[in-house]
Amino acid sequence: MSVEPPGVQTFTPQAFHRQAHDALGNPQIRANFRSAMDGLMGKRREAFADWELEALRELGASVRLRALAQLPDLLERLEANCQANGIRVHWAEDGEAACRLIRELCEARGAKAVIKGKSMVTEEMHLNAHLETAGIEALESDLGEYLVQLNDQTPSHIIMPAIHLNTDEIADVMHDKTGIPRTRDVDAMTAAARAQLRERFMAADVGITGVNFAVAETGTLCLVENEGNGRMTTTVPPVHIAVTGIEKVVEQLRDVAPLYALLTRSATGQHATTYLNMISGPRQAGEQDGPEEVHLVLVDNGRSAIYQDDELLDTLRCIRCGACMNHCPVYTRVGGHSYGTTYPGPIGSILMPHLMGLEATKDLPTASSLCGACGEVCPVKIPIPALLTRLRREAVGEGRGNVPGAGSKRTRTEAAAWKAWQWLATHPGAWRGAAGVAGKLGPLTPSKLGPWSDHRVAPKPARHSLHALIKRHRSATDEEGQS
Amino acid sequence: MTPIKCYPPKPPRVYLFGTCLVDLFFPEAGLDAMRLLEREGIAVDFPEDQTCCGQPAYTSGYQDEARAVAAAQLDLFPEPWPIVVPSGSCGGMLRHHYPKLFAGTPLEAKANELAGRVFELTEFLVHVCHLELEDRGAPETVAMHTSCSARREMGLAETGPALLAQLGRVTLVEQARAAECCGFGGTFAVRHPEVSAAMVEDKSRAIEAAGAERFVTSDCGCLMNIAGRLAHRDSEVEGEHIASYLWRRVGQ
Amino acid sequence: MSARETILGRLRRRLDGPLTPPVSDFSVMSGRGWGREERLRRFEAWITSVHGEVIHTPRADWTRVLARVLADKGIRRLALGRAHPVAAEARAALAEAGVTLVDADRPVEAWWETLFHEVEAGLTSTAGGVAETGSLWLWPTPDEPRLLSLVPPIHIAVLDAEAVEDTLFEVMERHGWAAGMPTNALLISGPSKTADIEQTLAYGVHGPRELVVLLRH
Ligand code: SF4
Repeated sequence: MSVEPPGVQTFTPQAFHRQAHDALGNPQIRANFRSAMDGLMGKRREAFADWELEALRELGASVRLRALAQLPDLLERLEANCQANGIRVHWAEDGEAACRLIRELCEARGAKAVIKGKSMVTEEMHLNAHLETAGIEALESDLGEYLVQLNDQTPSHIIMPAIHLNTDEIADVMHDKTGIPRTRDVDAMTAAARAQLRERFMAADVGITGVNFAVAETGTLCLVENEGNGRMTTTVPPVHIAVTGIEKVVEQLRDVAPLYALLTRSATGQHATTYLNMISGPRQAGEQDGPEEVHLVLVDNGRSAIYQDDELLDTLRCIRCGACMNHCPVYTRVGGHSYGTTYPGPIGSILMPHLMGLEATKDLPTASSLCGACGEVCPVKIPIPALLTRLRREAVGEGRGNVPGAGSKRTRTEAAAWKAWQWLATHPGAWRGAAGVAGKLGPLTPSKLGPWSDHRVAPKPARHSLHALIKRHRSATDEEGQS
Repeated sequence: MTPIKCYPPKPPRVYLFGTCLVDLFFPEAGLDAMRLLEREGIAVDFPEDQTCCGQPAYTSGYQDEARAVAAAQLDLFPEPWPIVVPSGSCGGMLRHHYPKLFAGTPLEAKANELAGRVFELTEFLVHVCHLELEDRGAPETVAMHTSCSARREMGLAETGPALLAQLGRVTLVEQARAAECCGFGGTFAVRHPEVSAAMVEDKSRAIEAAGAERFVTSDCGCLMNIAGRLAHRDSEVEGEHIASYLWRRVGQ
Repeated sequence: MSARETILGRLRRRLDGPLTPPVSDFSVMSGRGWGREERLRRFEAWITSVHGEVIHTPRADWTRVLARVLADKGIRRLALGRAHPVAAEARAALAEAGVTLVDADRPVEAWWETLFHEVEAGLTSTAGGVAETGSLWLWPTPDEPRLLSLVPPIHIAVLDAEAVEDTLFEVMERHGWAAGMPTNALLISGPSKTADIEQTLAYGVHGPRELVVLLRH
């Protein structure tokens, strides 16, 4: 399904170890992510300081769950209300179908130039590459996405796509790819991008964006942004195509208020983004601006499969705030590209196995120490560690078997090792015996313990186990008692 | 999340669940935990047949194997006494994951009942024993590393530091990013050794940078990891399980 | 079968059976209990914290203040509507001020080039403000279209002090948004900004670089 554009630096989940190794050895990447994540964590903490955060997260979770509990009905309601507002609604079973559909909408208008607002779901389906093969140029207009596109890369963070690049690297990209004089001045670079993109907004035949919340009650598409490129994309070109995963629907307009409060604070520690743009139709008779056509493309791409299972369902609550990656000690160190997936970090590790299968993504659910930082900050209370554990079970064939690639990670050696462990841990006599033997062999055990001891001193089994020590302690206290 | 737990009055008897890491690598910590409890006039029962809570298999996805091992532990604590665990991670397994592991099985009720009387050691010392400590050690600067399970799963970010704060001659310092994982994560350290190494390197450097002469923790996984890293680069800073540290400074 | 039917069918024949929608408790979203002064203080604190500028003015005097702002900022081309009292009063007051008034109440295609390249500021009314987030809410109209608050480098917004309410949730509820959403409803909190270059804030990336709120009392 995925057409990789030529020249694009490709990362794959299969190569997680190598990619993580490279990132860990790259001091620039390490520094960029560390400082950015530290900043984001601090800002989030401050932004929630005067809130009853638990009550708000509880509300956020209930809003999302309420939507999911009625998902098919709400999608129909969304469709009906959008249509009543003049928005045309399309459905796509997977990324390929969505790409085709969007291309056809573009072709119907004879479109050659597409301008894009930020949309992770279109990244998920590699829409830009697809459009390019049809001779349609898709240009990203979010500054971070623009920079990443200029640099032939993919986003390394779902909220801050160019977070892996520092100012010097961006100065190079802007100079090399757009021909502006080399400058490190952020305002100057921003102004240059503004000028470059303004022309492109005016020239674009179609604007494509994602959707943050789609309101069933009113047929409204909500877009959350700071730059104004989303508003440009949805107002200037004659056609606006909004693309969203089917899970993004909410029941009522009022549901947007808590989700918006949670999203902006969790993502970047903002009380509000510069714009909350709520679109309920194309340009009406008498109106002066806005697109003539608005389309909504509802994309399934694996979501209805996740929806089947009570536990996995929680994955679909996600509002894509990125807080789980900002707080993840693994993401912070290896960066977004190491994961090799559209969504990196904890949310990626619980979502991508459904989209790509567990075989391709087998190293992602284990790329977590289960420290719980992600689950602690998730604004809609997704139990991310529990879902990671669930996927680990599925990967070794001890789950429900309803995730693609279930069981593909099971190896005979590892399964046998756990069986042996089970036998030992359910035979206390043998366990104590083994502990005793290990203790006696302690001084002889190898001081090299695989990769562990490349960085740490290997632990030595104690000479006497706790079982043995307690026995001795008991007889000592008994003697004391007798004397 | 921090569970709102109603703590019982100090009981005459408790069970000690030693945990497999303590059993094999840090038995003194288990013994010192027992001594601290006995010092409070509590009789400590250590069921001989205990082995492991099952967590390593559980977090690796080997749920059936984990359940078999967990089931064997369920039978070992028949009296309604509290079960004290010198580890946030194993405590979290018993308290929060046993109910899930046995949900829908004949052992569900038993697992729930057991989970309800599990306490992590520092939690028990603070909230049930209301422990009072008189420091007899030499002045020392110490950092506390609270494990992620203790901090997040059990909601016990405060109990370890609260105990250390009672030690009059100990200066407690907080390392940068104290809440961040040390990189152990059980089999994570084995499956992703490089990432884990980067995490423990940062953690050990933060502890040194805080000016600590020693760090203490209530989880042996973290202890093995951080102390192992510090020793590997011949740092002066040593690590110790909080039970041993407390016992050394206040015990007879 | 169409994609629509396939998707809906899969969702309806859910493996683990139907789900029960939980009830949401929205009480954290309202009931701030701020008095008028506190409300305005918060509004101003938040919007200025994101680089918005608030200028207080007695209601009767507001066009004079507007003229001063235009003069101070050297704005010589101002786009604005016509029918809304804000636009009408501004037009009357600025007739002799040496500022070119550009009509916004016409199809944008008719004045693309002027809008994108010549207009220096856009003047709009607002429907109200939100104290908790320092936000303005706007429902653009044929008189004051969407791009008026977006394309010019400076956005001047006129807000009445009594139209500032505590929270977004309360605004939505009290003004019955759900009963009839306009083509476009907007919440604006400060000028356009980005932090995409190494977390350094820069303003005016695609939208206005300045937002001036004339707060009328
Ligand atoms: S999983 Fe939670 S924290 Fe992560 S992006 Fe989604 S909503 Fe945000």
